[in-house]
Amino acid sequence: MIETTNITFSPERLAEVQTLLKRYPEGKQKSAILPILHLAQKDFGWISVEVMDYVAELLDIQHIEVYEVATFYTMFHLKPVGKNVLEVCRTGPCMLVGSDNIVKYLEQKLSIQDGETTPDGLFTIKTVECLGACGYGPMMQVGEKYHEFLSEERIDQLLEGFRQNATQP
Amino acid sequence: MSRLKILTEHIDKPEITGIEGYIKHGGYRAVEKALKKMQPDEVTEEVKKSGLRGRGGAGFPTGMKWSFIFKGNDKPRYLLCNADESEPGTFKDRLLMEKIPHLLIEGMIASSFALGVKTAYIYIRGEYMYILHILQKAIDEAYAKGYLGENILGTTYSLDLHVHPGGGAYICGEETALIESLEGKRGNPRIKPPFPAVEGLWGCPTIVNNVETICKVPFIINEGGETYANIGIGASTGTKLISACGNINKPGVYEIELGVPVEEFIYSDEYCGGIKGGKQLKALVPGGSSVPILPNRLITKTAKGEPRLMSYESLSDGGFPTGSMLGSGGFIVFDEDQCIVRNTWNFSRFYHHESCGQCSPCREGTGWMEKILHRMEYGHGRMEDIDLLWDVQRKIEGNTICPFGDASAWPVAAAIRHFRDEFEWHVLHPAEATRRNYGMGRSAEPIEQVTA
Ligand SMILES: Cc1cc2nc3c(=O)[nH]c(=O)nc-3n(C[C@H](O)[C@H](O)[C@H](O)COP(=O)(O)O)c2cc1C
Ligand code: SF4
Ligand code: FES
Repeated sequence: MIETTNITFSPERLAEVQTLLKRYPEGKQKSAILPILHLAQKDFGWISVEVMDYVAELLDIQHIEVYEVATFYTMFHLKPVGKNVLEVCRTGPCMLVGSDNIVKYLEQKLSIQDGETTPDGLFTIKTVECLGACGYGPMMQVGEKYHEFLSEERIDQLLEGFRQNATQP
Repeated sequence: MSRLKILTEHIDKPEITGIEGYIKHGGYRAVEKALKKMQPDEVTEEVKKSGLRGRGGAGFPTGMKWSFIFKGNDKPRYLLCNADESEPGTFKDRLLMEKIPHLLIEGMIASSFALGVKTAYIYIRGEYMYILHILQKAIDEAYAKGYLGENILGTTYSLDLHVHPGGGAYICGEETALIESLEGKRGNPRIKPPFPAVEGLWGCPTIVNNVETICKVPFIINEGGETYANIGIGASTGTKLISACGNINKPGVYEIELGVPVEEFIYSDEYCGGIKGGKQLKALVPGGSSVPILPNRLITKTAKGEPRLMSYESLSDGGFPTGSMLGSGGFIVFDEDQCIVRNTWNFSRFYHHESCGQCSPCREGTGWMEKILHRMEYGHGRMEDIDLLWDVQRKIEGNTICPFGDASAWPVAAAIRHFRDEFEWHVLHPAEATRRNYGMGRSAEPIEQVTA
């Protein structure tokens, strides 16, 4: 699990933030909040209050303005999550092709329930609503990657891959 | 039926993703033509002539929408491309942005020129982050080639184009929620009027258009609005991307000329290839989760007994109770084994989860519908629940700030209209209904004690 202790962007990230801010007119820098929250989640693992406060200061807006936004959008993890968040689509079209089974299989394999994280901090299962892959279900998103046409065998392979990744230096 | 492809003709060629490949296949000709040979109003005129209707769901005529842009003040104007694509069953815009991003960029340039826009944004759902990178790369290429930035192609026209990620909220596909979100706020829809064309992003005149809509503009400029209007059937002009999913042999995105018979679309090898496993077709949602479901008997023929076609008019034949909508083209097919109660519950859960919470009928009503359907599906339903459900959805429809409320009510209303016997069966055979779920390997859900 990644803990948020040192909340500061690297100089490269800060440069990226500056580029982002230029996309919006003078005085409308609040618009950069979602792109910056995405960067923050990437770097710090999850969006803690400290992270939200840091983003507010970067944007020179009230802290509450960031809290309001971060709690509205489901992509932001407001609690610590595992290294790999397995976001499985549970909506109608995916359900028609067996997403329920996929969730159940993952829960059994990892001995955790939807929303929980494995004790080793490697995996979190999170059911989500439609991800725009409805014809290629069952599917899940892990990080920025879409894994489609899932089956039990495919899940086994993917989990194995994530585990190996975790042990690599 | 000719098989004309306006958007997807070259989509399988890998080189089309890059700017060189795109130009090689005729790309950016429309920008050259519009900026060098046409006046902005002429572009709008061609779009009007084409009869193009918005592909985001509501089907509003694009040229007419553009002509509403307020020109009475000197505020900047904005064009926002709606790439939120969160309607369950819809996954078509993704294909265009992933495979042929320059088509969208070209469409954005030409459309911005027509509207007098100097800065445009593509608002893309945050989950499509990998596509955002593809778009960003394409935008950088377009800047480098002089299609974006100052004095495009040596003309006096300048444009900046940016991509902006959302954060995983379906409601941000609604145009005023999208604007709020882009302003850095919660995605709460605004009360209309004022319409965005008058007061949109940062209080400035703004047009919001879907990805597929914008991608049609280069063809219309190159070939003329009339040529486009001659494709398709009646007022359903041109082609439409249909994203087909559910229990079919060949799920995927198909570009069809509007007017193809629904039956042909489902069964021909060119499209869906029939029902998986040779099963019977039970029902169909033709335009994304929010449009009314059609039972088998109304799929090949309309209520009037005419052949059912893939067109705006045909799919909405008769309006409710027998009609549906072309919507976003999210085509969801159900085979004979699918449970309508379960599916309706699943969709209600979606709407409850995604309601922005501003209006009580939507915030509370979607939750009640979810709970009532949940208990019916899991063997705790009562006969009066069916009428209760009917009552709740009636009280949402038309009583909310944005059309999300209607979108949550229609699937429930249509399911009860067409499949009331299935709801009754669930109440009369609770054990069987529940066993059937577990038998299909479905997760055991805790039974909530609900008193709606
Ligand atoms: C709840 C809701 C969700 C919507 N989601 C989308 C969407 O994901 N993509 C989209 O293009 N339009 C969506 N729309 C429609 C937009 O509000 C708007 O009508 C559309 O983007 C206009 O573009 P068009 O005229 O090109 O269709 C949604 C509407 C509602 C009410
Ligand atoms: S109808 Fe629902 S989604 Fe739309 S504004 Fe009201 S509460 Fe929000
Ligand atoms: S329903 Fe699962 S991706 Fe759309």
